[in-house]
Amino acid sequence: MGFESYYNEMHLADGGVRNHYRPLADWIDTTSPERIKHLRKAANLLFHRVGITFAVYGEDSGSERLIPFDMLPHIIPAAEWRQLEVGLRQRVRALNAFLRDIYHEREILKAERIPADRVLQNKAYREQMYGIDVPGNIYAHVAGVDLVRAGAGEYYVLEDNLRTPSGVSYMLENRKMMMRLAPELFSRQSIAPVEHYPDMLLETLQSVAPAGVDNPTVVLLTPGQYNSAYFEHAFLAQQMGIELVSGADLLVRDDTVYMRTTAGPKPVHVVYRRIDDDFLDPQVFRSDSMLGVPGLVSAYRAGRVALANAIGAGVADDKSIYPYVPDMIRFYLGEEPLLNNVPTWQLRFRDDFNYVLDHLAELVVKEVHGSGGYGMLIGPTSTEREREAYKQRILDAPEKFIAQPTLSLSTCPIFVDEGIAPRHIDLRPFVLSGKNEVVMVPGGLTRVALREGSLVVNSSQGGGTKDTWVVEE
Amino acid sequence: MLSRAAENLYWMARYVERAENTARILDTTYRMSLVPHTTESDNSEWFAPLNITGTLYPFSGRYLRVTAKDVLYFMALDPNNPGSIHGCARQARENARAVRGSITMEMWEVINSTWLEIQQMSEDRLAGEGISAFLEWVKDRSHMFRGVTVGTALKDEAFHFNRLGIFLERADNTARILDVKYHVLLPSVGDVGGAVDYYQWAAVLGSVSALQSYRKVYRDAINPLKVAELLILRRDMPRSLHACMEEVYELLQVLPSGASQEALRLAGELHSMLRFGRIDSIFAGGLHEYLTVFLSRLNELGHEVTRSFFSPAYA
Repeated sequence: MGFESYYNEMHLADGGVRNHYRPLADWIDTTSPERIKHLRKAANLLFHRVGITFAVYGEDSGSERLIPFDMLPHIIPAAEWRQLEVGLRQRVRALNAFLRDIYHEREILKAERIPADRVLQNKAYREQMYGIDVPGNIYAHVAGVDLVRAGAGEYYVLEDNLRTPSGVSYMLENRKMMMRLAPELFSRQSIAPVEHYPDMLLETLQSVAPAGVDNPTVVLLTPGQYNSAYFEHAFLAQQMGIELVSGADLLVRDDTVYMRTTAGPKPVHVVYRRIDDDFLDPQVFRSDSMLGVPGLVSAYRAGRVALANAIGAGVADDKSIYPYVPDMIRFYLGEEPLLNNVPTWQLRFRDDFNYVLDHLAELVVKEVHGSGGYGMLIGPTSTEREREAYKQRILDAPEKFIAQPTLSLSTCPIFVDEGIAPRHIDLRPFVLSGKNEVVMVPGGLTRVALREGSLVVNSSQGGGTKDTWVVEE
Repeated sequence: MLSRAAENLYWMARYVERAENTARILDTTYRMSLVPHTTESDNSEWFAPLNITGTLYPFSGRYLRVTAKDVLYFMALDPNNPGSIHGCARQARENARAVRGSITMEMWEVINSTWLEIQQMSEDRLAGEGISAFLEWVKDRSHMFRGVTVGTALKDEAFHFNRLGIFLERADNTARILDVKYHVLLPSVGDVGGAVDYYQWAAVLGSVSALQSYRKVYRDAINPLKVAELLILRRDMPRSLHACMEEVYELLQVLPSGASQEALRLAGELHSMLRFGRIDSIFAGGLHEYLTVFLSRLNELGHEVTRSFFSPAYA
């Protein structure tokens, strides 16, 4: 073990193995490198056969790629997970309360805890939602909260994904794969199951059906089979036993949403939509959208159909709102936040702006509205020229950027041809908010930057995934 | 179920079945070509697969002459020919991908891995490993897909649309295979009823896996009238026109009525024509003529299925 300045999930600084990784370390020691090599190959083949691929934007249209899977799991002790779970629940409750508030009384803006223009001028704010009541006051039914570990191992929330967070199918498939490849590992430790996620999701969706509907029909609305997450859409629809529909399969008559079936139109009550707000309804949002359903928003406003996540939920996960989430928790719940925010500079403030421009080489700069790891500047690994070019972009519109310290993200070993080697990871738990409760399966999706030294874990940028285990010690 | 999903399932099944039947057509032709010819070989039998699949025109646009090698490549692996086995495998997979939520994981894996494997096939490999081995493999994959479907899928509407696709496509293909004989000319009129004629009819039977059944049913030498009877009128022969149309008729009775009853009526008409038909009168009017009429009415039924179930208009 060489010198390493990052928190290593598996190893201690002196090279020893952390307790919760011991059974796995024993397994690695007693399993021949040939067998491990064979298993890694088998995993790759199986994923291809099952067709767990994603489309890559900007390459040949229709190209499909496999998200690389690493067999070495990310392990979290159960006691640690329980604390995270409480913190996640608290955070998502506050985010939902915030969304309800800004589309109704706007108390938090009146109290000047968040500048009103930050919210009301926000690109993701949807005026059409003002004054509309949604079932259970839930806006973010599915939240993918990205957690990282830095420094000596403390957790931070990197971002709250409240629009159409994806990746949960990989969480489920990775677990299935591990149980297929190395079932013996599951008898060595008590590993919390995750397989019931689709049931929890379906219950959550059913719980927010419009009032008066006894046996709600839930559908999953996909942009179609060329979308990068299509595999996940099909997978989840199948696991929940609901119809996978595209916009053309739905129609609206007299504010009721129907799907076109072989036996005529059939009413739909809850739409788990995996289409962005902008494309949902050409009558209200982008009129050139071919993916959406004309009249859907009108039916939604009339309370005849529920959408998950709600229209306009994205304003709460915007990077310009992110710095205020700890304040939301205090404001709505009267509690101290249990999960840390990463310190964030907002370039629209003069002091922050000056500081960031002076320290570009140390910071990570992001676009306020960006996602997917695109359009970021990672100071420490950037070249002088890249920084200069990025600086020009900042000068053009400083309010569009935020900056954060380059966190020394924790590492977890992956299998490489020479054995194992540490790589940076993050963790995305999926938090489900229904009418009555906030629930989640233990763990989530662990993403890993496969390139040595890289901090970008996004699948579109060469990231991979791992199975995530919450284990009782 | 969703109209679009029903349509995808239906076409998924049709393309799988079409790939299998294209393999069967090529197999028949290949077997016929192995029968020693009395006259100079003119490759006439290799026109047959192009004629019966209606692809002679695009083929001639690309190739100067009809040769065994080129026809095999064109119909088995050519990615630019949508009717090739390669093309069918791709379209089956695209349709399956669009309804991944409605088919079982096992069904998807068969279709997906077939597609992945067929992309690895090349003209050289085809020649090296032998055309027969490849055609056997294609048939095996189709058998496996049907088996996996019956063994894993819920017997619901999705299942019925899948079956509807299979039997409409199979009826179409059996009729076309039977018509191969019409397109393959005998070396001379004097050969009718001769050894070459005999082998050709045997090849037709073999291509629909009916040689053994023929022996069992007729306990007789191979005779054109009986071959046609077996493949057209026998209800217990799984690839016969009668068996296929019986399935289609039953499926249309089980399925929701769709936008109209016209598909059911057309299917019933075709079914009774086969159920009460006699082989003597079919031959009296000409086998080729009979099959031509059958194919055009089957085509009409296909259009009606699309109209009633897949693109119904709502007021």
